[in-house]
Amino acid sequence: MLFLLAIAMGSFGSSASANESNELIQTLAADLSGKNKAAKLAAIESIVNSDSERKGSWLQGLLEGDLYVVKESGEVVFATKNGKLYDLVSAVDGSEREALKKRALRKISINNAIRKDLKSQIGLLAIENPDDSKRLEAVKQLSDSVDEQSLERIRALRSKESSPDVKQAMDLLLYTSDLKIGTQEQKISALDFAEGKLDIELINALRVVEEQDSDPVLVARAKELLTIAEEKRAWYSRAEQLFFGISLGSVLVVAAIGLAITFGVMGVINMAHGELIMLGAYTTWFIQQIFPGAVNYSLLMAVPAAFLVSGTAGVLIERTVIRHLYGRPLETLLATFGISLLLQQLVRTVVSPQNVAVINPTWMSGSWVVNPALSLSLNRLVIIGFCLLVFALLVIIFTRTSYGLQMRAVAQNRQMAKAMGIRSARVDAMSFGLGSGVAGIAGVALSQLGNVGPNLGQSYIIDSFMVVVFGGVGNLWGTLVAGMSLGIANKLLEPWAGAVLAKIVVLVGLILFIQNRPRGLFPPRGRAVED
Amino acid sequence: MRTVKLKSTMALSLLASAVIGATASSSALAEDTIKVGVLHSLSGTMAISETTLKDTMLMLIDEQNKKGGVLGQQLEAVVVDPASDWPLFAEKARELIEKEGVAVTFGAWTSVSRKSVLPVLEELNSPMFYPVQYEGEESSKNVYYTGAAPNQQAIPAVDYLMNDIGAERWVLAGTDYVYPRTTNKILEAYLMDKGVAAEDILINYTPFGHSDWQSIVSEIKTFGSAGKKTAVVSTVNGDANVPFYKELANQGVSAEDIPVIAFSVGEEELSGFDTSPLVGHLAAWNYFMSVEADENDEFIDAWQEFLGDEERVTNDPMEAHYIGFNMWVKAVEKAGTTDADAVQEAIIGVSVPNLSGGYSTMMPNHHITKPVLIGEIQEDGQFDIVWETSGLVAGDAWSDFLPDSKDLISDWRAPLSCGNYNVVTATCSGQNF
Repeated sequence: MLFLLAIAMGSFGSSASANESNELIQTLAADLSGKNKAAKLAAIESIVNSDSERKGSWLQGLLEGDLYVVKESGEVVFATKNGKLYDLVSAVDGSEREALKKRALRKISINNAIRKDLKSQIGLLAIENPDDSKRLEAVKQLSDSVDEQSLERIRALRSKESSPDVKQAMDLLLYTSDLKIGTQEQKISALDFAEGKLDIELINALRVVEEQDSDPVLVARAKELLTIAEEKRAWYSRAEQLFFGISLGSVLVVAAIGLAITFGVMGVINMAHGELIMLGAYTTWFIQQIFPGAVNYSLLMAVPAAFLVSGTAGVLIERTVIRHLYGRPLETLLATFGISLLLQQLVRTVVSPQNVAVINPTWMSGSWVVNPALSLSLNRLVIIGFCLLVFALLVIIFTRTSYGLQMRAVAQNRQMAKAMGIRSARVDAMSFGLGSGVAGIAGVALSQLGNVGPNLGQSYIIDSFMVVVFGGVGNLWGTLVAGMSLGIANKLLEPWAGAVLAKIVVLVGLILFIQNRPRGLFPPRGRAVED
Repeated sequence: MRTVKLKSTMALSLLASAVIGATASSSALAEDTIKVGVLHSLSGTMAISETTLKDTMLMLIDEQNKKGGVLGQQLEAVVVDPASDWPLFAEKARELIEKEGVAVTFGAWTSVSRKSVLPVLEELNSPMFYPVQYEGEESSKNVYYTGAAPNQQAIPAVDYLMNDIGAERWVLAGTDYVYPRTTNKILEAYLMDKGVAAEDILINYTPFGHSDWQSIVSEIKTFGSAGKKTAVVSTVNGDANVPFYKELANQGVSAEDIPVIAFSVGEEELSGFDTSPLVGHLAAWNYFMSVEADENDEFIDAWQEFLGDEERVTNDPMEAHYIGFNMWVKAVEKAGTTDADAVQEAIIGVSVPNLSGGYSTMMPNHHITKPVLIGEIQEDGQFDIVWETSGLVAGDAWSDFLPDSKDLISDWRAPLSCGNYNVVTATCSGQNF
C-alpha cells in the first residue's frame, strides 16, 4: 500500500518538476525494493534506457547500496551514515531531507546477479568516458556478460580507440566472443590473436572451438594453441607455488626470528613469545584506532611503536622473572607459559575476547599482475621484503656492533665475558628486549594476514620453535634457511597431499631430521658448545 | 558389571526422587529461587564466541525476573567457566547439576563439548539447551537442539546456490573436524542426488586456525575457471575465515565470480573483520540482526541497553537461546514444576515467538522449527537478506542423505520415547544419544 501511495505521490510531484524523467526512480520504487528479481532487473533496464541525467548516480547508488526508501513517505533517497542517523538526499532532485534513524528506512537491496548486471550496465555507460582508466575498467567489467548489441558497439568504438591498453582489452573481449559465435573468417583471425595469450577466457573459448567446431583445420589449430598455452600455464603455476612457499617461509621467519634471539642465542625457552607477537599486532590495531583517517601510514607508525611495546614487555619479563631462572630450563618453560596465559587473559579482559579488525592499507591490497596466468599478491610481497629487511638489520646488529659482540660473548661464556668487563645482566635484559621487540614487529606484519585476537600468539608459537630448532640454535642464518625450506616444502606438498597431510608430512620429516642431526641445519661449533 | 549397573540405576532413582522432593519443598518456600546453569567458556579459544551467549542468558533471566520470574519464583543464574576445555565441560556440568542443583542448563558451543556433557546429562537426567548449528546425527532425551540441523542451514543454502545463482561446480571447503566432515558428507550425497557429477565437486579440509590459504584459493580459482558457474560452500571454522576471505580478495576472486556461502560466519564474527573484501559473499542462518520484525527491534534494544553498548551486534546463536529459554519457561509453567521429566513431556509442541516475526515450535525429536535465511555481507558488517524459505523448516536429527541414518527417526513422546528408532527394523538401538 505504501508503494502505491509512493507512486501516486511521484506522479503528483512530476508536474512540478522541471525534468520529468528524474521522477522515474520514484515510480520504480516498488519494483526496486520488492523481492521480485525479474521486476528489479526490468526496473534497472528502464533506468538505463531513460534519458534522465541522474541515471548514472542512481545506478551507482544501487550498486553501492546507498539508495533507500523512507518507510513512511515512500520517497527514494540517497542515505549516508552519519553517527547514529542517516543523512538523506532526495534521489529525484538532490535536495536535502531530514536525517532519520536506520529503522525508518528500507534499503533497496541487490544480490550478486543484479550486482553483476549493474556493473556491466554502468560499464556500458562509461565506455565512452574520456578518461582512459575509466574506459579500461568499463571494458573489463563487461567481459563475461555482454550481448550482441553491445558487442557491435564495442566493435565500432574499437576502431576509434586511442589507448593501447583499452584496445587490448577490447580485442580480448571481441576475439573471445568471435571464437564462440563468430563466422569462419572471424574465428581464423581470432585464433591468430590467441597465439601466445594466456587469458583464461580465451583458453575456455579455444576449448569450445576444439570440442564443437565442424572445421577440422580450426580444431587442429585450436588444439595446437591449447597445448602451448597449457604448457606455459603449468610453468607459471609452478612459479606461483614457489612464490607461495617463499611467502609462507617469510611468515615463518618473521614469526621465529625474535625467538632465534631469545631462545637461539640466549637459550631461554620463552613460551610467551607468541604473546609478544600478539602485543605487536594489538599495537597496530591501537594505532589505527587513534588515527582512523591515516590507514595507509599507520602501519609504518606501528612498526616502531610495536617494537617499543613488546620490547618493554620483554625487558620487564626478563627483569622480574627470567633472570632468576637462568640455567633452569624447566622452570623457565613453566614460568613463561604462565606469563603467556596471563597476557592472553589480560587482553581478553582489557580489550575484548572478540577479535579486533585491523584494516589493510590500500598499498597492501590486491595483487601485482605479472601476466594473465601469474599474479602475486601485494601483501605477501611486502611481507617477504619486510622479512628480509628485518633479517638484514639483525645480522648487522649481531656482527657489526659492539653490542652484538657483547651479546655473543655472554651467550658463549658468561663468566669469561664478565671477567672481560661486560655487564652481563644488562646485556641479558637488552638481548631479551631486542628479541621481544622483533617479535612485536612480527606482530605488525602478521596482523595484515590473519586474525588479531587473544589467540593470535598460540598459532605461531609451535611453528616458531620448529623453525629455530630446525635451523640450529644460536644461528640467525639457520633460522632464515630453515623457515624458507619449511615453507617451500609445505607448499610443494600441499597441492597433492592436502593442507592437513602436508603439515603432518613436514613434521614427520622434521622429527627424522632432528633425530639424525640434533643440533639442526647449522649446528653451533667451538668450545662454547661443549658445556 | 550387572551389580554396578543396578547400583547406578538405584542411585539415579534415589537422586530423581530427591530432586522431585527438593522442588516440591521449594515451591512451599517463596523466597527460594530456581537456579539456571550457564555453561559457556569465558576463557580460552572459544571465549570469542561463547562470552556473548553468557551475557545473553544473563539478560534473558534478568528480564524474566522483572516479569515476576517463573512459577512465582525468581530465577538465579549460575555461571561457570569450562575454559574451552572439553573434559572440563563434563566436570562443570556435574558441578552445576549435583552441587548447585540447577533445574536446566544452557550451554556448549562446539560439538565435542556437547558430546562431553552428554553422558553427565543422561546420568543425572537434567535438561540442556544447545544453541549452535551442528552436524545432526544425534538426539538425546536431555538435550534440546535450538540451533540449526543440516537440513535447516546447509541444504537450503545449496538449493539457493543451485536455483538462484545457477552454480554447477562446487567447492566444499571445511576445517578438519566432525561438523564440516559430516555436513560435507551430507552435502556431497545431496549434490550427487541432484545430478552433479563427481568431477564437479571439490572437497577440501584444512587444519584448525589455518592461516595460509594461498594454494587453496589458487586451486579454487583454477577449479572455477572452467567456464561453469562455481560456488564455495564453506564450513571453515571461525578463526580461519579472515585469512581465507582476505586471500580470496587478494587473488581477485569476487563474490560475483565465485560466491562463498558460510555456515559459521555471523554478525559477531564480522565485527572482528575488515569487511570490505567480503561484500557480496553469503551466509545461511535462521536469524540475522537485519531482520525486519518488531520482536527483533525490541530484542536489539534490550541487548544494547543491557550491555550499555550501542554498537553491539546480535547473532543467530543468541536467537537460539532466546527461543530455547522462552520455550523452557513456557514448558515449566505448563508443567507447573521444574522437574526434568515433567518439563520434557510438556515442552514438546510448545510454540514461542522467534525474532524473525514468526513462531518456533519444539518438535518431538527435540529440534525446533525455524525459517532459513540467506544474507549477503554488506560493508557495515550486516547481512542483506536475499532469500528465505517460504515456510518454517523442522530440524531433522537424522539426515535422509546418509546411508547410515536415513532409516532413523527420533520421537521422544510416549510410547516410542526413542532418539534413534529404525523404521525398517522397527527397533530402538537403546543408546540414549
